[in-house]
Amino acid sequence: MAAFATLRGSFTFMRHLFSTYHYKHCCSRVKVVKPVFLLCSSSRIIYPQCRNFKTSYGRAGPVLQFKLSDIGEGIMEVTVKEWYVKEGDKVSQFDSICEVQSDKASVTITSRYDGVIRKLYYDVDSIALVGTPLVDIETDAAHDGAPEKDVVETPAMSHEEHTHQEIKGHKTQATPAVRRLAMENNIKLSEVVGTGKDGRILKEDILNYLSKQTGAILPPSPYHEIQPPPPAAAVPSAVGPKDKVPQPSPAQPVIQRPVFTGKDRTEPLKGFHKAMVKTMTAALKIPHFGYCDEVDMTKLVRLRLELKELAESRGVKLSYMPFFIKAASLGLLQFPILNASVDEECQNITYKAAHNIGLAMDTTQGLLVPNVKNVQVLSVFDIAVELNRLQALGTSGQLGTADLTGGTFTLSNIGSIGGTYAKPVILPPEVAIGALGKIQVLPRFNSRDEVVKAHVMNVSWSADHRLIDGATMCRFSNLWKSYLENPATMVLDLK
Amino acid sequence: ASVPYSHTERETFLAEHCRPGVVLKSASCDIFQNLAFEDWIHAHVDVEKRSILFMCRNRPAVVIGRHQNPWQECNVPLARERGIPVARRRSGGGTVFHDLGNVNLTFFSSRKRYDRQRNLRIVTRALRQLSPNLDVHATERFDILLNKQFKISGTAAKLGRTGAYHHCTLLCSADRALLSATLRSACAAGIRSNATPSVAAPVRNLRDEDPTLNCDAVMEAVASQYYADFGLSAPAVVVDPTDELSHPGIRRITQELQAWDWVFGKTPAFSLDTSFEVQCEACDTKVNLTVGVKSGAIETCSIESPQDWLPPAMCRELSGLMVGSRFRPSDMAVIFTAFLRANPQSHELENKMHILCEKVVALM
Repeated sequence: MAAFATLRGSFTFMRHLFSTYHYKHCCSRVKVVKPVFLLCSSSRIIYPQCRNFKTSYGRAGPVLQFKLSDIGEGIMEVTVKEWYVKEGDKVSQFDSICEVQSDKASVTITSRYDGVIRKLYYDVDSIALVGTPLVDIETDAAHDGAPEKDVVETPAMSHEEHTHQEIKGHKTQATPAVRRLAMENNIKLSEVVGTGKDGRILKEDILNYLSKQTGAILPPSPYHEIQPPPPAAAVPSAVGPKDKVPQPSPAQPVIQRPVFTGKDRTEPLKGFHKAMVKTMTAALKIPHFGYCDEVDMTKLVRLRLELKELAESRGVKLSYMPFFIKAASLGLLQFPILNASVDEECQNITYKAAHNIGLAMDTTQGLLVPNVKNVQVLSVFDIAVELNRLQALGTSGQLGTADLTGGTFTLSNIGSIGGTYAKPVILPPEVAIGALGKIQVLPRFNSRDEVVKAHVMNVSWSADHRLIDGATMCRFSNLWKSYLENPATMVLDLK
Repeated sequence: ASVPYSHTERETFLAEHCRPGVVLKSASCDIFQNLAFEDWIHAHVDVEKRSILFMCRNRPAVVIGRHQNPWQECNVPLARERGIPVARRRSGGGTVFHDLGNVNLTFFSSRKRYDRQRNLRIVTRALRQLSPNLDVHATERFDILLNKQFKISGTAAKLGRTGAYHHCTLLCSADRALLSATLRSACAAGIRSNATPSVAAPVRNLRDEDPTLNCDAVMEAVASQYYADFGLSAPAVVVDPTDELSHPGIRRITQELQAWDWVFGKTPAFSLDTSFEVQCEACDTKVNLTVGVKSGAIETCSIESPQDWLPPAMCRELSGLMVGSRFRPSDMAVIFTAFLRANPQSHELENKMHILCEKVVALM
């Protein structure tokens, strides 16, 4: 076993390992004269510690019955309350299997063996008797019933890190033995590139990783360079089908092609998404037309800056929205048809008296549109207070029906996230909606033909063409725009 | 899941208190932070050689057992309205009402040293030290009774692989009116489930029996009795459950405990069958609601209303939309709003829908 001896010499850490474990298995993947399968079947190693190291060729071992051990205090039966595993799951020693309850005490039952769960003996809420089998675990080959008392001190890495590692969403495949080797050497599985089938991490990969370890944390990346140990390059370069370790030339690094193991996932639409489907299907029955324009916000920007501190001293955050909303309400006073509603057969039009202006909000639950009630009687400051309240409720996911229903007109400030022009969708039973883009600083010509710095925002309106014509929308937009471009005019028309 | 945390760091944390028993007192009155601290100790501290007693008091909160149903155990809408959080602990057992007049004690020990009666003896001895004629004793079911009839303490426990903890409450000066109002469920009668039910018992405050028994005095007495058990005498150590540096990972545990998916979503499957009265042309009629809830989400739903109040088609449509959303007022609001947008109704019908929605939300 010449190759084996060379390998041994180049890895200094191996000496440490050899003092505690017998390592005949490790070289099974390196090219040797003997056929590999003979190597693993001929060895049967007894270890001083309770752990067995197996080759990557795990074979199905005996199915062991894991009995419900004595909980103490003379308790003879418990209720199984929750299973943490199901049939077919892989478990490691000390993984949680289930939760049982007895007389005010909850007990977490952990696995005594490594292996695969083959059978669960009890359903949730059934009574389990102490001493009877709880689960069947199919262990790996050459298992000699590890006693749970002689336990190697758990090192720094948590157990979970090693059992479930994901590299960019793919579960890392590794046998329990390999995982334990990684854990005992404080290696994160996500940092080791697997050279086995489907990106599986083999023992050799861990050993390779260890040999290169300088103590620096390597970035987890599937495009990890693999360099075989230098003296081992003396091994015959005839690449057999079993040899998966690439032998690159010194100049060119080999990039490991990532193996894609993702699967499509189908699930039925539930709850909120169903609601969106209903709303949008109804919305797009309305014949929309769009109208866009540009608003010079320079004066409003200055005004808001002046008023921001005053508002904050009153405990309210002042954004541009209160101005947009108030200006829209003033516009609706002149064009009440934009604040109307038409019935399903389009027989009757209802001119709504209250201006309940909705504000599209992006919350954790998704897109919600709470509205500010009766804007026609509120001041800009009052609107700001209401907006603060709605925003707080929105972020905590507590918006109620009262806030979400009854809207008559909507503004969507998509510009706070990004974008310039949009094509908003009208929310029935309303007939118009406006989407506001982001405020950009752009050069514009002023009345004296000079190029000046202007704060420009784009607005995109959509309206129900059955009721509203282009001219009405245009005039409303111009009025709204004039209030914002010249905030002083708002003062004239304030009610 | 546990957080990577070296063995030496853990030992250093309690290193200066190298005694077989340590008393920790929480600096926080937040139920979630304190529950997270318990969790953290259970997961990260080696109690093989050193036992721990953790004491805390919390602002008003309802704490239900691991496998209980919050809607069955307390009045969830009322608690929400009053700003009283509902929390689910990791150990089993029944529901408790916490407030600043209630002392919480958690005894951490190795599984070998797990002995609930011994812990309760420490408590009763401490109480008798403060008030020598006090009639307190621990029962077989690990309750502590005052004057042989009033329950002043309830117990729950959790056993892990190597460590275990036993926690109990102690009623010193709790607000009994708030307690009974909050723990009275609005719809328990209609709930059918396999969740662990609570066993109600008459309660009394220790302070009503002996005015000197306030929370601080009681905590001090229990702490010194605990230390005495180990043959020591020392002050309690104040700990801050929000300190992430000393307790890495505790912030995440706190957030997990506060999540709706844990508090409400972990409820064992149940069905709720109830009806509410609605006004219909000067007379009152009943609307029946039946929901099946699993993991906090509505699996089945049926609304039955008299024909002249709401058309059955509307009821069917609304209940169909409710399936799949969580049993939660905000989710209901979204569903309801979408329903109204998609199905424009006459003013009258819309009002009735609003009433229906209000009644349904009042259950959640």
